[in-house]
Formats: sequence, C-alpha cells, structure tokens
Amino acid sequence: MNPPLLTIRDLRKSFGKTEVLKSVDLDVGRGEVVAVIGPSGSGKTTLLRCINFLEAYDGGSIRIDDSEVGYNDARKRRGERALARMRAETGMVFQSFNLFPHLTAAGNIMLGLTKVRRKSRSEARDIAKVWLERVGLGHKADALPSELSGGQQQRVGIARAVAMEPKILLLDEITSALDPELVGEVLEVVRGLAAEGMTMLMVTHEIAFARDASSRLVFMADGAVAAEGPPADLIASAEANPRLNSFLARFRASNF
Amino acid sequence: MLDAMIYALPFLLEGLWITVVVSILTVSISLVAGLALGCALVYGPLPLRLLVRIFSDTIRGIPILVLIFFVYYGFPAIGIDFDSFWAAVTALTLFKTAQVIEYVRGAVASIPRGQSEAAMAIGLTFSERLVSVIFPQALRRFLPPWINGVTDAVKGSALVSLLGVTDLMYAINQVIGRTYEAMPLYVLGAVIYFVINFSLSTLSRRLERRFSFVQA
Ligand SMILES: Nc1ncnc2c1ncn2[C@@H]1O[C@H](COP(=O)(O)OP(=O)(O)OP(=O)(O)O)[C@@H](O)[C@H]1O
Ligand SMILES: [Mg+2]
Repeated sequence: MNPPLLTIRDLRKSFGKTEVLKSVDLDVGRGEVVAVIGPSGSGKTTLLRCINFLEAYDGGSIRIDDSEVGYNDARKRRGERALARMRAETGMVFQSFNLFPHLTAAGNIMLGLTKVRRKSRSEARDIAKVWLERVGLGHKADALPSELSGGQQQRVGIARAVAMEPKILLLDEITSALDPELVGEVLEVVRGLAAEGMTMLMVTHEIAFARDASSRLVFMADGAVAAEGPPADLIASAEANPRLNSFLARFRASNF
Repeated sequence: MLDAMIYALPFLLEGLWITVVVSILTVSISLVAGLALGCALVYGPLPLRLLVRIFSDTIRGIPILVLIFFVYYGFPAIGIDFDSFWAAVTALTLFKTAQVIEYVRGAVASIPRGQSEAAMAIGLTFSERLVSVIFPQALRRFLPPWINGVTDAVKGSALVSLLGVTDLMYAINQVIGRTYEAMPLYVLGAVIYFVINFSLSTLSRRLERRFSFVQA
C-alpha cells in the first residue's frame, strides 16, 4: 500500500505553559476524507494550524509527501519562501471565511494563482470562473465579499483553497459561523469534493455530516487522538469509551 | 484696503511658494520615512521596534515650536549645521514622521489576523502578503488621518516664519511692517491658507471615496 499522504507522529504543541497538543498521531491517505470531532479546547484547530504551519509546533513530526512541514532535516525552521511554497500545498478553509474584502470573489481566487502558481491573469481568471461555477457562484465572480451571504462567502473560501490544487484540504468548522439555513449549501460543496477524491481533513461539529461524508472519524480529547475508526464502527463502539460517549450524548439528544 | 492687497500680492506669492515647498518637502519625506519606520514598528525585530517607539513618543511629546528651536539651535551644537530653511524643514518633517508612524501602525493593526493567515495559507510570502493583502486594506484606514495631517502640515509650516524663513506668514508680517495695514493682509493670508486647505480636503474626500470598499 502507498504510504499515507499526511503522517503525524507524536505531535506536541504548547502555548506558554498550556500543553495543547500532547501527543497526536494521525495518518491521512490520498483521497481519504477524515473528520475530526472532539470537545471544545481539545486542540482540533491547533492541529490543523500546525499542519499548515500557521503555528510552529514544539515536538514530533508532520510529514506531507515525505517532507517535513515547517522544518528542514536539521530541524531548523525553513525560510520564508520555502514555508510559503509548502503552505501552498495545503489548502485551508477558515471558520470565519477570511475572504479578502478588497478583492472580488474571482479576485480572491486569482491572487494565489497569479502570485504563487505564476499563472497569467486571464488564465487565473478562467480557473477562478471554473471553480466559482463548481461551487454554484458563477454569476458572482465580480461581487465583493461584503455583497455575498455567509454561505456564499464560505463557498468562495473553499474555491479559493481548492483552486490552488493543494494535496490536502484542511477545513476548520467551516459551517459553524453560518446561519442554519446556509449550512447545507456549503456541506454540499464539500460532499462534491469528497466524491471527486479530494483529500480532506475536516474539523466539524456536524456529527451527522461527519458520519456520512467521511471515511474515517477521529475523536480528539485533551490534546491527543482518543479514538478513531470508520464512522459507523466508532459511533457503535462509543459505549466502551466514556469520553466519546458523553461527547456524542449531546448530539444524540438532538436529531442525530 | 484693496490697494494694500494688490500691493502685497507679489510678496505674498513669493512667500506662498516657500510655504508650498516647505509643505511638499515635509509631507513627502515624512511619508516615506513614516511608512518605513511604521512597518519597522509593526514587523521589525524587537530592538528596532523599541527604537522607533522611543523616537515616535519623544517627538510627539515635544511641542512643535520647541522642536523647531531645538533643531535650529541644538543641531549645530552637535556639529550638524544647516540654515534656517533646512532646520525648519527638518523639524517639521520629524514631527510629521512621528505622526505617519502612528497612522501606519494603527492602519496595519486594524487588519484582522485572519487576513494574513488566509494569505499565508494560499502560499504568499511575507512581502507578497503586505503588498497584496495588508496594504490595500490598510490604505483606506491610513488615508483619512494622513490627509488631515497634510492640511495640518500646510498650516504648521507657518511656524517656519519664526526662524526668519520667508514663507507666506513671514511675507504677510513683512508687508504689514511696511504698510501698517494689518487686517486686510491677515484676511488675505487667511483666505490663501483656506483655499489651499479647502482644495486639499476636497481632494481627500474624493480619494477616500475612491479607496473605500464596503468592509465585510
Ligand atoms: N494562540 C493561542 N494562545 C494561547 N492559547 C491558545 C492559542 N490558541 C489556542 N489556545 C488554547 O489551546 C486550547 C486548544 O485550542 P483549539 O482552538 O485548538 O481547540 P479546539 O479543539 O479547536 O476547540 P473549539 O472546538 O472550541 O474550536 C484552548 O485551551 C485554547 O485556549
Ligand atoms: Mg477550533
């Protein structure tokens, strides 16, 4: 079998005295869709940020395609240009969208294509158009983010990330800032990407979505992976794991 | 009264020229220096940040009048000799630079962290993030106070007359010294300053509109 695309071993990260990631081990294979769930403060966001090196980590290793994220072989922080090139290989979609407000929907997507992928403006614009079409916003290419609904903004956010053709897409609770009626349209886009074989690691509080759309469910607690497995198996075995059980209980109470 | 004004006009225009030159020098040098030092204050290494912080706080803590005399009398004492014109320009520029530093810092600090993180995530380098993401957004926060500051610079340039530089203000006082007609000349002077600053603020409002996009 091929080696996994993403390999995380004994990942550790502290903020000052608070140890946020204690020892995370996680693999994500090519084309896999892995959903991370877990209580607030368990370190899910921090994990994603380390993978994209928005956050430097203190110990352990993160490898994508067999090259260490953020550090060279001597474990020295890579230079600015090398870091930028690595980050371009991991797409990130943020909870709060973080679209560039001074650029149009197409402009948001084109920025990385022209500056990082060195495409011409017209080529970049064509690619942006294709992706906007894909997320159902072909008609909004020239709209500014402030002219879009939250759901539309987040779909642009996804298009901006995938247009770079990253090896892996990181999604951090991308629907939790949305009004409930806008969640569906965004999850639909994610489902489409999964079907196409996009490798994804997504943190989500949408347990039902995680169960249906992911190939593997990872339960994080207290800065480490506490349980993982195929969604149905993990959920079925929850009885045996008190922390997972009490975490899931919240969702069982609702419509799950 | 009209006679006095017509008599005075050539002198005033000469003075106005100096006022304009002083203002342009002050504004443009302080803009370049302030942008550079402002970026150093936000992004520089700690020692540099401290230096800029001390510079800015010190300058802003001194009344501009004191600063002008300090430069005029103090700099020659440490071996930097310049005539009253350049002493005045230097003092005004130092003062303005400290202001620009603060405008830059405020403008850049107002951009949410998520913006540079999103720019990082798509693979932009530090300088690309500044040029394509941070500065375009910071510009609209920077412009209003800065353009206000330009009119301040024009008004403040009148202080150079205290060092005997023949700017508009000095020319007015000179003519008054000859004609003893104070009121019409001060009115004329006020009108000239007003016309300059009114055009500047009209221009600024247009610029602001040009650079304002609706924030998410
Ligand atoms: N920049 C930071 N400085 C200090 N502490 C931080 C920082 N970022 C996160 N933390 C702390 O690290 C812990 C884990 O945070 P993280 O955001 O990774 O959790 P999470 O699992 O994503 O939680 P949530 O479900 O609420 O998003 C929290 O206790 C948080 O307060
Ligand atoms: Mg989080």
